[in-house]
This record gives sequence, C-alpha cells and structure tokens, in this order.
Amino acid sequence: MAQEKDIVLRYPKDPSALLDVVRDVQNRLGHVSEEAVSRIAAHLKLSEAEVRGAVTFYHFFSLTPRGASTVYLNDSITSRMKGRTAVARAFEEEAGCRFGEVSPDGKVGLFPTSCIGMNDQEPSAIVDGVVFIKLSPDRARAIVRGLRAGTPASGQVTEFGDGANQSTLVRAMVSNNIRKRGPVLFGPHEPGAAVRKAVSMTPEQVIDEVKKAGLLGRGGAGFPTGLKWEFCRREKAPERYVVCNADEGEPGTFKDRVVLTELPGLLFEGMAVAGYAVGAQTGILYLRSEYAYLRARLEAVLAGLRKEGILGKNIAGSPGFHFDIVIKSGAGAYICGEESALLESAEGKRGEPRDRPPFPVQAGYLDRPTTVNNVETLATAARIVVEGAAWFKAMGTPKSAGTKLLSVSGDCARPGVYEVEYGLSIAELLDMAGAPEAKAVQVGGPSGTCVSKAGYQRKICFSDLPTGGSVIVFGPDRDIFEVVENFMEFFIEESCGWCTPCRAGNVLLKKKFEKVAQGKGTEGDLRDLEAWGKLVKATSRCGLGQTSPNPILTTMQNFPELYEARIQKGRDFVPEFDLAAAIQEGCAAANRQPACKEADHE
Amino acid sequence: MNDVRFMIDGKECLGKPGQTIVEAAKANGVYIPVLCHFEGLKPVGSCRICTVRVGGRFMAACTQPLIEGMAVENTAPDLEDMRKSLIEMLFVEGNHLCPSCEKSGNCELQALAYRYQVLAPRFPYLWPRRDIDASAPLLMLDGNRCIQCLRCVRACRAKDGRKVFAAVDRSRRVKIEVDKKLAAHLSEDQARRAMDICPVGAILRKETGFAVPIGRRKYDAVPIGSDVEKGTGR
Repeated sequence: MAQEKDIVLRYPKDPSALLDVVRDVQNRLGHVSEEAVSRIAAHLKLSEAEVRGAVTFYHFFSLTPRGASTVYLNDSITSRMKGRTAVARAFEEEAGCRFGEVSPDGKVGLFPTSCIGMNDQEPSAIVDGVVFIKLSPDRARAIVRGLRAGTPASGQVTEFGDGANQSTLVRAMVSNNIRKRGPVLFGPHEPGAAVRKAVSMTPEQVIDEVKKAGLLGRGGAGFPTGLKWEFCRREKAPERYVVCNADEGEPGTFKDRVVLTELPGLLFEGMAVAGYAVGAQTGILYLRSEYAYLRARLEAVLAGLRKEGILGKNIAGSPGFHFDIVIKSGAGAYICGEESALLESAEGKRGEPRDRPPFPVQAGYLDRPTTVNNVETLATAARIVVEGAAWFKAMGTPKSAGTKLLSVSGDCARPGVYEVEYGLSIAELLDMAGAPEAKAVQVGGPSGTCVSKAGYQRKICFSDLPTGGSVIVFGPDRDIFEVVENFMEFFIEESCGWCTPCRAGNVLLKKKFEKVAQGKGTEGDLRDLEAWGKLVKATSRCGLGQTSPNPILTTMQNFPELYEARIQKGRDFVPEFDLAAAIQEGCAAANRQPACKEADHE
Repeated sequence: MNDVRFMIDGKECLGKPGQTIVEAAKANGVYIPVLCHFEGLKPVGSCRICTVRVGGRFMAACTQPLIEGMAVENTAPDLEDMRKSLIEMLFVEGNHLCPSCEKSGNCELQALAYRYQVLAPRFPYLWPRRDIDASAPLLMLDGNRCIQCLRCVRACRAKDGRKVFAAVDRSRRVKIEVDKKLAAHLSEDQARRAMDICPVGAILRKETGFAVPIGRRKYDAVPIGSDVEKGTGR
C-alpha cells in the first residue's frame, strides 16, 4: 500500500527514528500494519522482529487496528474510587464492545490505560489524544455517539480548564488545581533571568551554587543535582546532553503536568542552565505521551525563547554558549520514567533499563555523557541560580532543603497541586487538603509507602517519607486490599519483562496476596508474602522491581490488623483451589447439576 | 595495568581491571552460577541467578565490574536460597517438561535445579499459554521452555547485522520471536549455533534429536559449575 510507503520514506534511514516513524504510522492508520512493519524494517535496516518488538513494547502502539477512534480510560485506583466502573460500562454499552476490543463497526476502540496524570479530576480518559476529565456515564455515552456521528474528540470539548489550558494551542478541559503556591516554583520570576544570571557565572560556580543549595532530585530518588552535573561535566566527550524527564508515570502524580502547563519557560531556562553547567548544547524534553496535548504550546514557548535569545546561538549575550531544546515523546510505558529506560526510548528503542555502570552521566543518550533531571528539579535549579543557595537552604529541613510540589488526590475536599516546604507532616497536609477522616495515605505512589493514622505525624522529606510527588488519600470506607491489588496489577503490567524477579515475581506475589485477600490465607502465607517481597526487591534489576512489592510490604507493616483479620488463624494450610467452584464449572460445561455435596461446601 | 584485589567469601582473589565479578571469580576457581550470561556476549543481567552481595547491597555479578578491595558474598545461605527461588520462579512461569525435552541433560536450567536441589517449587505453577513457532525451515522455537535470557537475541545476527531473534511485548507477556524472513535463510551453522547458545530447549534444530542419549550428556555425570571449581575453566 502506498500510504505506508509514503509515511516511512519521509524519515531518515536512521534506527533512532524508529519510534517517530511508528508513531506517525499509528496516528495516521490506527495501527502498525504488517506492510508498515516490513517497510519500516527495510528502511531502517532492522529486522521485522525488532520493529515488532518496539511496537509491542509501548501501550499506545498496536499491530492490530485500535478503531477509527480510540478511547484510553484511566485505570488508576483513584479513577476507580471516583466512579470508573460505571463510566467503563457506559462506554462499553454505547460502543458495543468490551474494553480491550474494537466495536463491530470499527469506529471505536476501548482500552484501559495506567494513570494518565489526571488523578485530581477522575475518571479521565484520552480519546484520540484529547483529554476528558470528570467523566460521567452520560458523558461517556455522548462521546461515543459523537464519534460515531463524525464529531472528532477535539470538537467535543466545549469547556476549558483554567490558566494556560485555555490557550489556543492547548484548549484542554484539564484544570490546574493549584491549591498552594510556594515561593520557589510559584515565586515571582522574570523570564530569562536564570539564564542571564548563569552565564554571568562560570559553569563551576553554577554547579557549586546548586550543590550548596542542597538540591536533591525531585523525581523521587533524591540524587544530589549539583553532583550529577559535576560528574557529567567531568567526563571527557565531544558532546553532552541535558535530558528532562517529563515522563511522570507514578500513579497519582500530576505536578509536572502543572509545571509543563503553567511554567514551561522556567523549566526550559532550567534546562539551559543545566546545559551551561555541564557543557551541553542540546537538551531533550522527553514528554510522556499522555501529555501530548501540551506539545504544540511547548513548541511555541520554545520558539518564543529562541526569538528572545534565551535559546539558540550565543544566548543571553554569552558568546560561545549555544543551547537548544528538542521534544521527544513517549508512547505509554511507566518504565520509561526510569532514566536509563528513558534514554533507550529516546534513542528509538524498547524502553528497557540499562545496566549500571556506566551511568548516564558517563554514557547516556547516544553513549554521550548525559544528565537526566526531573521537570521540577530543573525548574527549581533555575530559581536557585537567580535567588541563591542561602535563600533556598533556608526553606525545608537541614537535609531536605527547599520546597516540594505534591500532587494530592483521592478522598479529600481539595485535590490538586501544593507547593510545600519539606518537613510538612502528613497530618498538616491532610488538613490543607481537607481530609479529616483519612484512613490511609499513600505517599510516593504505589512504589512508596502506605501510611496509617499512627504515622500521620511522619514528615515529608528524604529521611522519613520521600515522594516524587504522589499523595493519594483513602477515606474510612475504602478497602485497602482493593488498593493493593490495583497497585500490584499496575506493576505487573508495567514491568518491562527483562528480569526474572520483576517479570514473574510480581505475578506470584499478587497471586499469593489474592489468596490472603480472599480469606484463604494462613500465617504461613503472610510469611511467604514477606519473603517473596524481599526477594523481588533484592534481586530486581531496576527501581521498578526494587519497589514493586511495597504495596504489600508497607500495608503489612502499617495495617497488620487487616491481614490478621483476613487469615485463617491456627490452620497450617488452606488450599487456594476452590473445589466447589471447579465442580460447578465442570457441571456447567457438561450441562448437568452438581450431584455431590462438595459443590455446596463453603 | 595492575591487578585488582578483591575477596569472595573471605578468599583473597586477584582480577583484571574491567573484568566482571563473574569472570574474575571464575579465573580464581570460584563458581558463581549464571544462566543468561554467555562468554563473549555482552552481559545483560536478566536472570539474576548470579546475584551476590557487596557491602550489604545486592547486585548481578555478571554485569558488575570489579572494584578494588570489594568483598563479595557468594555463598551466604540467604543468597543461595534467593538463587534457588529464582530457579524455581523460572520453572513455574513457563512450561518445562524435562523428561520429554531434547535438551534434558544439556539444559543449564535443569542442571542448576539439580545443583540447588530443587524438588517441588515453593511457588504455584502459572501454566501460561505459550506459542510454538515451527515455521522456520531449520529451527523450532518453543516459547514454553523459553526463560528470556536474551542469549539468542544478542548472538544471532544475519550477515547484514540485523537481529534474527527479538523480544516482543512486555511484562509477563514478553516473548522471544524469530524473524520469519531472516529465519528462512539461516545456514546450518547459524541454526546450530542458535540451538547451542540457548541454555534451555526453547530453540531446537528440526529433523534431528537425541543424537547423544540421555544419560551421557553434559550435566548427567557432573554438576554444573564443577569445571570452574576444579580450576579447569570451560
């Protein structure tokens, strides 16, 4: 078919273009056909198996048609708490197909997806790239009817969110929900000031200032930013890169969405400052596919900065300092938030983490020294350069300096983004967010800690409760077991599948957990859960598997009474196998009535 | 360059700069079990069987380069139990039917299970539904027995460098696929190499089998790793 050929031939014969071609084909044709796979492989000199490997790795790419229009409905726990089940049913009834399928007329495909960064306005969905928030069953039906009648998803958005969501280049119904503006990210900032200040210093002075400020990575891992820049600068290489990790995928986090919407200029300045510090000329913004609706505006902001001489050649009046930024996009994979997986993906490959060493600062993007920093980290660094280390260090705690953006969602009156100083207690945060009855708080998303009331005096900081930003509140009526199950399913689905413990261990952990949740557990099963959880954490290759058992382990630790109440105490063994159900299944298949009493048992 | 001094379970060892822990251990007559690792291929740390502990931290010995003065724990009981768990995990996540497998006796997974005295796995069997692809003229690819070690992905290339095998999909669904077009033109040597490099019976040469009877195969007489421990290397 000529269509595939025309698309493919537009791209350079360079394997690193693989994901860009695939995205183009997927967007235009609704799937990556056999013909397309064959053409892409021939064009990029890859095997067809390799191309299929890349296509099938990403959630938003598919080898089979996903419908003329495609609905991706968020499957996060918060979405479920806010009515996802009824919305999903409405989509299914109106479309005439189940989730995971395409409607018989081929017009609409329905697919579940992991958290899309809208946890403060659930249930949400992405329809043909357009974000719909606070969905009701009626709205879901209307969307499908509209698509069938030929009204594109973009034409069905009539009300817009606040701030830049109203910009003609965004036009999204998404709300920012900024609840607390702090002095760092939301403090007054004169555009260009950070870059101008940086170039008035030496790169070493910039690094030193960031080190003195005690800035630790805001993505969650908390590595000292200045040190990372120093390592990167120290490597001998013809070129270096600055990569901004805008792939926030931890369920419950959405604070980078707000930075990308309201403070893109500050972020890009932060990237330029980092570029100046490490000696890079190119910055890459790796934008999660879920935030593609912001891309046109981000490109426009970049164009504006070039015009003002804050990006480009000899910038900010500094001869010899060239720095520009390109945007690369993900395609639905939580693992790409892991910095080395992100680099693989940016190079057009499956987003599988790399082994370390070498670290990205030694051999990162295209094997060049690369500093990968979180959105919030870079924006914060820009402010530190302007205001100075002492100003920053005066906020927060001695070991966790400055402020943190929190994404608060779940059972609270005021979900949204809060810029708070480190050292804030959970109780204080719950007070701000309006959640006096919270039974549990998930700090740091599924990979973090589930805190019970007994821990509400604990503080948000690197030495106590670190978080990349996700805070999910659970009210008194929520079933913690349902939460844990949703989180484990998330990790199972988002594991890249590379290493044994993460690929198989999480499946086995969830199976054992379900046995306990169903009331068929023993004390021995609880011991197994703990041992297997430790095994997966200890032996997994990257941060995903090293934290994925946390939903089980931290709830066992902080809610032991829930587990105690579910198990059958004093019994050595309870079978997982359900004889009654199996007999009923067999009888149904044979079309007869159960004749023995085991079928009635339990 | 100077040798690197390090210790394994208290034994003083010397290694070369740039060597991984697995390589250096082997050169010192210490066996660290491996499964995905294959000499001459870039290590990928996928099976995690070679997990060791250094300064309280767990790491894959096949990917971790030596560091001067490092003290490696290799045979601590909890480490050995972790390895046994991972071997059991590989058995339950696939469908491994040793008695009928052409690779029995030459299979590294089976040999490790014997070495670690795996009787019944502590995990429930998952009984996944996996594909068998027999479309290539010389090779059969049986997903039931595949352990995702990525040896074939790394080792088998067409003349122009393109990969004959590739990982597709992700998570528990990840599987190894053979490129149909490239597989159609594999030489006898390439097919033989693909089968030999597979540690299990996932890649098999068609039309021939059981040339060496079970009972006289590589690991039938001596446990896996004994060549390293006797200092003979491989």
